[in-house]
Amino acid sequence: MKFEYHVEGGDFLNAGNASGNIKKVLKKLNVDPGVLKRVVVALYEAEVNIVAHAYRGNITADISPQKIEIVLDDEGPGIPDIGLAMQQGYSTASTKVREMGFGAGMGLPNIKANTDDMKIESVVGKGTKLTLSFNLA
Amino acid sequence: MKISEIVNLLNAKIVCGEEFADREIERAFASDLMSDVLTTPFDNGILITGLANPQSIRTADMMDVSVILLARRKKATEEMISLAKENDAVIIECPLSVFHISGILFEHGLKPVY
Repeated sequence: MKFEYHVEGGDFLNAGNASGNIKKVLKKLNVDPGVLKRVVVALYEAEVNIVAHAYRGNITADISPQKIEIVLDDEGPGIPDIGLAMQQGYSTASTKVREMGFGAGMGLPNIKANTDDMKIESVVGKGTKLTLSFNLA
Repeated sequence: MKISEIVNLLNAKIVCGEEFADREIERAFASDLMSDVLTTPFDNGILITGLANPQSIRTADMMDVSVILLARRKKATEEMISLAKENDAVIIECPLSVFHISGILFEHGLKPVY
């Protein structure tokens, strides 16, 4: 089962729409509540990251009985130093992002903590691709 | 503690989800930083915040928290109310500070998350 969503950079009003929709789908599929919570927290953090840092992006969620794989592929500035971005407290967020209650340098570490596997690929000046995996079986 | 009791204790006002006023709440967490809320599981709790934008409602939904208490005279926007309605969430507005609200609710038995 595959679901696709488009996310616009800077659109804070709709930030979280995709995560909210995927949450509803997973609830209907009776996904274990513990896994569901991890999926929505990681996905929401990652969706907010696209809104906060990228120009636009696409989210694809692939749900099978064995696992949930979510790919967030954005067009944006990219991450020059992924190791640094993964450090808790490191942030390049704008004032606008901080006013929205984010940008404290906690997103990527929290995404990693909630996934069974997280992969980041980033090209400076082009964009970032985040692959999040959650085991169901 | 029922939501209606919280509203009475704080002399606050429910601006969305009046029909859920009988819901029982066990725990509270106070933060303006949604990143902190997203690292703090507290099902069946209440989020006390001064952040009056759709992200506080959205973040609460992701954490299965269905009551958002806006402190410091903050007002819920139309977007917040519409999102809360979609999620069967309750929004409460209160003129008191986060410190004051937390003190009153703690004194009356609402538990902290940690």
